[in-house]
Amino acid sequence: MAGSDPAADAVTAPDTVKILIAGGFGVGKTTMVGSVSEIVPLRTEEPLTIAGVGVDDLDGVEGKRATTVALDFGRITIGRDLVLYLFGTPGQQRFWFMWNDLAIGALGAVVLVDVRRPQSSFAAVDFFERRGIPFVVAVNGFFGRHPYPPEEIRDALALPRDVQVLLCDARERESCRDVLIALVDQLIARVHPLLGAPAQGRPGSCGGA
Amino acid sequence: MDQGDSAGRLVRPFTLTGGRTRPSRADFTLITTVTTVDPPPERAARPQPEQVRILRQCARPVAVAELAAHLDLPVSVVVIMLCDLLEAGRIIVHPPHPVRRDPCLDLDLLQKVRDGLGRL
Ligand SMILES: Nc1nc2c(ncn2[C@@H]2O[C@H](COP(=O)(O)OP(=O)(O)OP(=O)(O)O)[C@@H](O)[C@H]2O)c(=O)[nH]1
Ligand SMILES: [Mg+2]
Repeated sequence: MAGSDPAADAVTAPDTVKILIAGGFGVGKTTMVGSVSEIVPLRTEEPLTIAGVGVDDLDGVEGKRATTVALDFGRITIGRDLVLYLFGTPGQQRFWFMWNDLAIGALGAVVLVDVRRPQSSFAAVDFFERRGIPFVVAVNGFFGRHPYPPEEIRDALALPRDVQVLLCDARERESCRDVLIALVDQLIARVHPLLGAPAQGRPGSCGGA
Repeated sequence: MDQGDSAGRLVRPFTLTGGRTRPSRADFTLITTVTTVDPPPERAARPQPEQVRILRQCARPVAVAELAAHLDLPVSVVVIMLCDLLEAGRIIVHPPHPVRRDPCLDLDLLQKVRDGLGRL
């Protein structure tokens, strides 16, 4: 619809959905959120004592950073009645207990991989696999370089066949948009094998019911 | 007063909730939207200053995560204050679109998201 203006519809709250942008420490999650978000990424900080970990448990982490865990997120207005939120998950492994809550109600996830150290995102892959949360893998070619074909990344991370591997640049809006579209196509393919990407629609899909 | 910044950051939010660290109800997720009831219900108690800030921010529907970011408060603290406001009838709550994987996700919803992303 041309000129759809969310502000014109102040009374009815839109439906909201979310997608997680996950991956190892410093792989470009916040950058990706910022590239596609219509707002500058917002940030909230949660005291770890509230989030469920005593500060005393955080041995080895000293100073102010030890007391909070930050979560950043962006927004894409899909239409008058639907808004998509993108949450960048905390990169440090010690904060992953937060992912359980984050993962509830997510459509799916993008696992971002730094092309120079793919193993740093292995634990994220494992997290979503174990919980049956659909995800795609997006390889962030720092400096726009992609020395490895997707299949090599797939092998390095021992990815199942129905998980797509995409090459991207987290700084580029179109590139990040295409990653999100690939994820949604993968989700659609699970529901309806004929509508989704041709690579999908094997066992695990639930079309035809 | 001359306590470190980190201590101040931890203590202040708790005072806003009267020391409570757990919400009284489970209505709120990060992407639940909140809208102020306008006009306020009759015989509504006078809101606290932080509650006034929330009510002002939510004149239009706002997601909990955005509200927390704008208020510069932890989500957990904002949620506790929202529980109070909900119980006082000052806000209405719109839950996220349900995401059920079993038997499968809602195709219409996915198509809508797909089309929206395509327009970016
Ligand atoms: N050259 C280059 N730099 C990038 C790219 N993506 C991210 N960066 C930079 O790498 C650093 C880390 O990026 P972030 O987006 O903060 O990474 P993150 O995954 O959110 O990091 P954590 O939240 O700390 O785990 C920042 O300085 C970014 O500017 C990229 O594609 N190319
Ligand atoms: Mg980040």
